[in-house]
Amino acid sequence: MIQVAGLSQTFKARTGTVEALRNINLEIANGEFLAVIGRSGCGKSTLLRLIAGLLRPSVGGVLLAGEQVTRPRRDVAMVFQRPALLPWRTVLDNVLLPIEIFRLKRSEHQDHAMRLLAMTGLTAFANRLPHELSGGMQQRVSLCRALIQRPKVMLMDEPFSALDALTREELAVELQRIHMELGTTVVFVTHSIQEAVLLADRVAVLSARPGRLRRLVDVDIPRPRSFGHNAHLEQVATVSAELHQLLLHNDEPQQHTPEPRPPRTRTRRGVLT
Amino acid sequence: MLAIAIWWLATEAFDVDPFFLPGPPDVVDAFGRLPGYLLRETWVTLLETLIGFGIAAAGGLVIAVVLAASRTVERMTLPLIAGINAVPKVALAPLLLVWIGFGSQPKIVMVVLLCFFPIMISTMAGVTSTPSDLGELAHSLSASWWQTFLKVRLPWALPQVFVGLKVATSLAIIGAIIGEVIQPDRGLGSVVVSSGQSADTPLAFAALTLLAVMGATLFYLVAALERMLVPWAKAVSS
Ligand SMILES: Nc1ncnc2c1ncn2[C@@H]1O[C@H](COP(=O)(O)OP(=O)(O)O)[C@@H](O)[C@H]1O
Ligand SMILES: [Mg+2]
Repeated sequence: MIQVAGLSQTFKARTGTVEALRNINLEIANGEFLAVIGRSGCGKSTLLRLIAGLLRPSVGGVLLAGEQVTRPRRDVAMVFQRPALLPWRTVLDNVLLPIEIFRLKRSEHQDHAMRLLAMTGLTAFANRLPHELSGGMQQRVSLCRALIQRPKVMLMDEPFSALDALTREELAVELQRIHMELGTTVVFVTHSIQEAVLLADRVAVLSARPGRLRRLVDVDIPRPRSFGHNAHLEQVATVSAELHQLLLHNDEPQQHTPEPRPPRTRTRRGVLT
Repeated sequence: MLAIAIWWLATEAFDVDPFFLPGPPDVVDAFGRLPGYLLRETWVTLLETLIGFGIAAAGGLVIAVVLAASRTVERMTLPLIAGINAVPKVALAPLLLVWIGFGSQPKIVMVVLLCFFPIMISTMAGVTSTPSDLGELAHSLSASWWQTFLKVRLPWALPQVFVGLKVATSLAIIGAIIGEVIQPDRGLGSVVVSSGQSADTPLAFAALTLLAVMGATLFYLVAALERMLVPWAKAVSS
């Protein structure tokens, strides 16, 4: 679905040049859920914006469904950290914004919009203004607005990080359900290991500036997954620990420093599910 | 209300000569003496104010949009506009007399001169303050410049536009009065001038009261329009 080949990005800032990303190579399968994780400032948003075609890469390129990405596409939807809703539009009108921008018939998509609102439990709020909704509900609206495009790919930039912990977990579980239902390819930027392990098929760990792909970690835990108690606690713990390790010892050359817990192997590939 | 009561009490208690500071009864009496005359002149001033305000609002909005659309146009013309705005408008009044002559037109021009700049500046501030995530959203949907402007930037600017409009309501009346005082052939400004000449202070106060009422009404009309068009503004700013 998505091929990222030799991607590098350098910004010209007033104080000189900033190398945000260096030589990223990635292949994301159709329907895959890829989490991108890394410290702040390591180029996660930049990677997403390059895939979205919001930014021209300095070097390398992105292929999406076999086509070079040069500008934003209609079958790629973005969800930002903040809901980015238009405060003067009702919830329903916000969800229908892409339809208007694409100059499609509103009446033909109204039902779809209402179905999406129903799916996220917002039916009763269709005619409210965004400021009447809680932060979590607002982010659900922005999710609906992305889904109305029937995207092949969803690019999500820390979509839950501005929410409180409980709402964050709730939305993550909801996103998992939506992903299982629709099979959309998702690239999901986060700095929460917990979220990555709950949602992702694979986790791409980026190193600090310049952002390089440090490791791709498989998460072979059967879905639906849930936070807290389940049959795969051990696997969750092992993957989480590995991600933790990768993030903490960011720029040291990879070495196997013994860690107190969990006393398990660190590779994920042999795990049976 | 309280202000009027204090005013009344003060004039009664200290037995002020109505020539210096007339009490409310003297002013009411002035209304009673010349109601037709006062209403006619009020109407003249009101028309000048409204026409000038309308022209300034339309012009200010359009120019602001043009300047916001193009940075080169902005760089070329904004210094000129700011320079013109810096000229004291009172000093222009005699020139307007030479250029346009008598009648309502020079007063309307004065109103436009006073109102245009604040409306334009606040509109520009509004359309250039679109939050970056809304801009990015529009970009990610491949919205055209015009779509982004109509669906995002302009609605976002409306609260700011109304700040400019509300400031301009009082400036509009001031503009009309400057014009009428310098060229006292009509309007409430001329009433103030002629009542000064005939030492009829209560009449001048009656005219000033009418101006105050007009100013407050205009302000609250614009504020009501704002509440109708941008009910979301309060929620966003808080
Ligand atoms: N438009 C830009 N101009 C200059 N520097 C930028 C720009 N966008 C991002 N950067 C820089 O690139 C680096 C990566 O930014 P970003 O992708 O936002 O990181 P992250 O999302 O991982 O926190 C940062 O150092 C940031 O300052
Ligand atoms: Mg970021």
